[in-house]
Amino acid sequence: MAKDNTKKNSSKPRTPLSTGSEWTFELLEIYDKEIARIAKSYRLDTYPNQIEVISAEQMMDAYASAGMPISYHHWSYGKHFLHTQGNYQRGQMGLAYEIVINSEPCIAYLMEENTMCMQALVIAHACYGHNSFFKGNYLFTTWTDASAIIDYLVFSQNYIKQCEERHGVDAVENILDAAHALMNYGVDRYKRPRPISAVEEKNRQKNREEILQQQVNDLWRTLPSHEKSKVAKERRFPSEPQENLLYFLEKNAPLLKPWQREILRIVRKLAQYFYPQRQTQVMNEGWATFWHYTLINSLYDEGLVTDGFMMEFLNSHTNVIYQPPFDSQYFSGINPYTLGFHMMSDIRRICENPTDEDREWFPDIAGSDWLDTLHFAMKNFKDESFVLQYLSPKLMRDLKLFSILDDERKMHIQITAIHDEGGYKAVREKLARQYDLSYREPNIQVYSVDIEGDRSLTLHHYRQNNIPLGEDSSDVMKHLRTLWGFDVYLHSLDDDGKVSKSYSCSRSNKSEDSQLELNEH
Amino acid sequence: MSYIIDRRLNGKNKSMVNRQRFLRRYKKHIKKAVTEAVNKRSITDMERGEKISIPTKDTSEPTFSHGDGGVRERVLPGNKEFHAGDKVLRPKGSGQGGSGEGQASNQGEGLDDFSFYISKDEFLDYVFEDLALPNMVKKTLSQHDEVEYRRAGFTNTGTANNLAIVKSMRAAQARRIALSASSRRKLKVAVTELDEEQDKDVDLRNNKRIEELILKIEKLEGKIKKIPFIDTFDIKYRNIIKEPVPSTKAVMFCIMDVSGSMTQQIKDMAKRFYILLYLFLQRSYEKTEVVFIRHHTSAKEVTEEEFFYSRETGGTIVSSALELMTQVIEDRYSPGEWNIYAAQASDGDNWDDDSPQCAQILSQRIMPLLQYFAYIEITPNAHQALWHAYEDIQSELGERFAMEQICSSDDIFPIFRDLFSRKNLKEAV
Repeated sequence: MAKDNTKKNSSKPRTPLSTGSEWTFELLEIYDKEIARIAKSYRLDTYPNQIEVISAEQMMDAYASAGMPISYHHWSYGKHFLHTQGNYQRGQMGLAYEIVINSEPCIAYLMEENTMCMQALVIAHACYGHNSFFKGNYLFTTWTDASAIIDYLVFSQNYIKQCEERHGVDAVENILDAAHALMNYGVDRYKRPRPISAVEEKNRQKNREEILQQQVNDLWRTLPSHEKSKVAKERRFPSEPQENLLYFLEKNAPLLKPWQREILRIVRKLAQYFYPQRQTQVMNEGWATFWHYTLINSLYDEGLVTDGFMMEFLNSHTNVIYQPPFDSQYFSGINPYTLGFHMMSDIRRICENPTDEDREWFPDIAGSDWLDTLHFAMKNFKDESFVLQYLSPKLMRDLKLFSILDDERKMHIQITAIHDEGGYKAVREKLARQYDLSYREPNIQVYSVDIEGDRSLTLHHYRQNNIPLGEDSSDVMKHLRTLWGFDVYLHSLDDDGKVSKSYSCSRSNKSEDSQLELNEH
Repeated sequence: MSYIIDRRLNGKNKSMVNRQRFLRRYKKHIKKAVTEAVNKRSITDMERGEKISIPTKDTSEPTFSHGDGGVRERVLPGNKEFHAGDKVLRPKGSGQGGSGEGQASNQGEGLDDFSFYISKDEFLDYVFEDLALPNMVKKTLSQHDEVEYRRAGFTNTGTANNLAIVKSMRAAQARRIALSASSRRKLKVAVTELDEEQDKDVDLRNNKRIEELILKIEKLEGKIKKIPFIDTFDIKYRNIIKEPVPSTKAVMFCIMDVSGSMTQQIKDMAKRFYILLYLFLQRSYEKTEVVFIRHHTSAKEVTEEEFFYSRETGGTIVSSALELMTQVIEDRYSPGEWNIYAAQASDGDNWDDDSPQCAQILSQRIMPLLQYFAYIEITPNAHQALWHAYEDIQSELGERFAMEQICSSDDIFPIFRDLFSRKNLKEAV
């Protein structure tokens, strides 16, 4: 990796901030101040930072709860913790150097085992890279409320604790298990959600419980009114398909108790909070990696860090952005750090040193101010559109990207496009699509409810490219059945709209356990 | 703007509750693994943690995801020799291809079992879960031994760590209100009078009176201010008293046959049984004493060390041990104060005329004093004389007398659990 501009300051005297590899709290402060100064010169706008130094054990704790400083208790977090602990103790994995949370103040964890160089890298990466991304990117600013999340977590933890005291750990666990299974289907994709607020939640909670129950009862009113029944037959419920399964269940499941609806709501709100992160992995990591690289290099240029520091930094940085080729045993998909970092750097290159090719492909940014362009890109895109907009032919050549078509009905896998003149557009489109969440997750919607009959719930799965549902699906159906309270059907429709496979979960005659029947047509 | 906080001293066991939840959910799996481990381990190797494996399928959290098959397009890095339009054979075992990169690699271990370690304490907790000494009775209120600390209201004296802040502040406020009452009443009167005076027309104002009132108000306000915010008189402490609690005292007699007929293997099994028993008592009952008695033709009270490791041997007269036991009870453990238990292990082989004598000593002299007697016969063969002699006692005493046969080392733990399971206790009550 070549550094950008080392030549011009060889004349400057070097007065490094520190020389050893040990860090101290004073040094952390000094480095943070210097990095903050440089970040400011690049117009990185951040939330206040709360940097917490923790031990390896605490890092494992943080892992288990997805970095959330507080969260309700659930066995799956325990499982995650045991898994991490086991792997770490056997030396099979190292822990991440940092975890950062989208909150205000922005909480970043630093591990005490890190060297001074690593701490500086992490501060630049998390406290100025990720932090400014959280504050700037449109998905985060419109869909999440950084200042409210910690309060909301406290609220949800307390609420679930109360439920456990009142209704027993098992009853709560049941609902949480079911809700977690549907967590990815608990987000509004198009409607902008209300920001979460713990105080409001608490105040409205009691009223809501009552009103909600009333509304649900209204829907299920069973007193027959003869004149209306003919009209009602044509009434469809829901009138339009619903994609937010958790929301639908929270509002309409006939048998849920108010506290159970509240728990669904909590899980749904958390899913919504994490939704932007799932959509901006490449951009978020790319942005943070680009900035730790740029900021630390600026430190070096000013003579504030030693050559040894720089060697260690470059070593870590190179490891982070290593992309194993597709046929390597270490390959597990495209490394978001690699793709993100290179795209960010590439945008800077296109702005500063555009080639003829760049001028043809990116007429509006070639030669423009790189900082403006980069900030614009960070603020207004998500992974899918970012790739579609900014992936350059040069980068496709550098990463040697190619696309394949894998059709289960055919013997061979076909190479459809590679990094050449004829293939750039196709590769770029396909890569962008790979980051489209609606393509990555099966498209499942609430189709109808038999409100006049057996109250069964029917879902439709719309297949893309004839890709069926995974094996877990029948287990998820059980959870759906738990929440809905009556029989549940899921039809998997192929591209032509024909039902190619059906799942159902219905209670068998007299036994207590719901029995699962799997049908295939 | 950054704050740097050192959190290393905060508790590192934030995940403890979640871990417990996980263990609770998979208790059945863990218990099974623990039982297997107990049977597998050597005698001296009980106090160690254990690796538990649970099939991944049982611990998975299902979600809707894409399955195998269908038509997929993927973009991959690191092209070497491919051109557009090339066809390649589908590599074996990579059917999953697809878009699920994140999910597949997250779980890491694929088809392997989900495994983790439980600590020594947790291991023993599972081993001895739901076990109890049957028929335990609270016999005496011991004078000095056990006390419990209890909260009992508030006092005016105490140590700083027992300071009741809320109570103290409330007392201080009450005192301030009480002491300032008359001054505040006067102040109110003065203030209203002053207001009235100042509202009057300029000509009608009595300026002297106004000055007087202002002075008075200042004086009163000063007086109120002088009342101290908190006084030693206000400070309250939580009162904590000692309360004696009834204690249960129990003694367990471990009687082991070490005669020549006991082969090394049988002795090992007996020792294994006693180790379990000893660990169980040590863990669950702090105040339990254990008396070790070993016998061949003559019985001897020995230390724990000797009991488990001595190699002395000889013929068999079981009654000698029972005689010694009655002796020890008489000398040291008055049945009025002690819950007395006994566990006897033998291969059942005894001197011919001795077995009826044993039964007699047991039923007439020992059982009336005992809460519970457990006899285990360790032999893969048919029952021997001692067993038949004891059968009568069992039919007579029922719950308080238990007999079991251990054939192989696999039986030890289940039978141990059987003998001391909490269920016995309930039925007995």
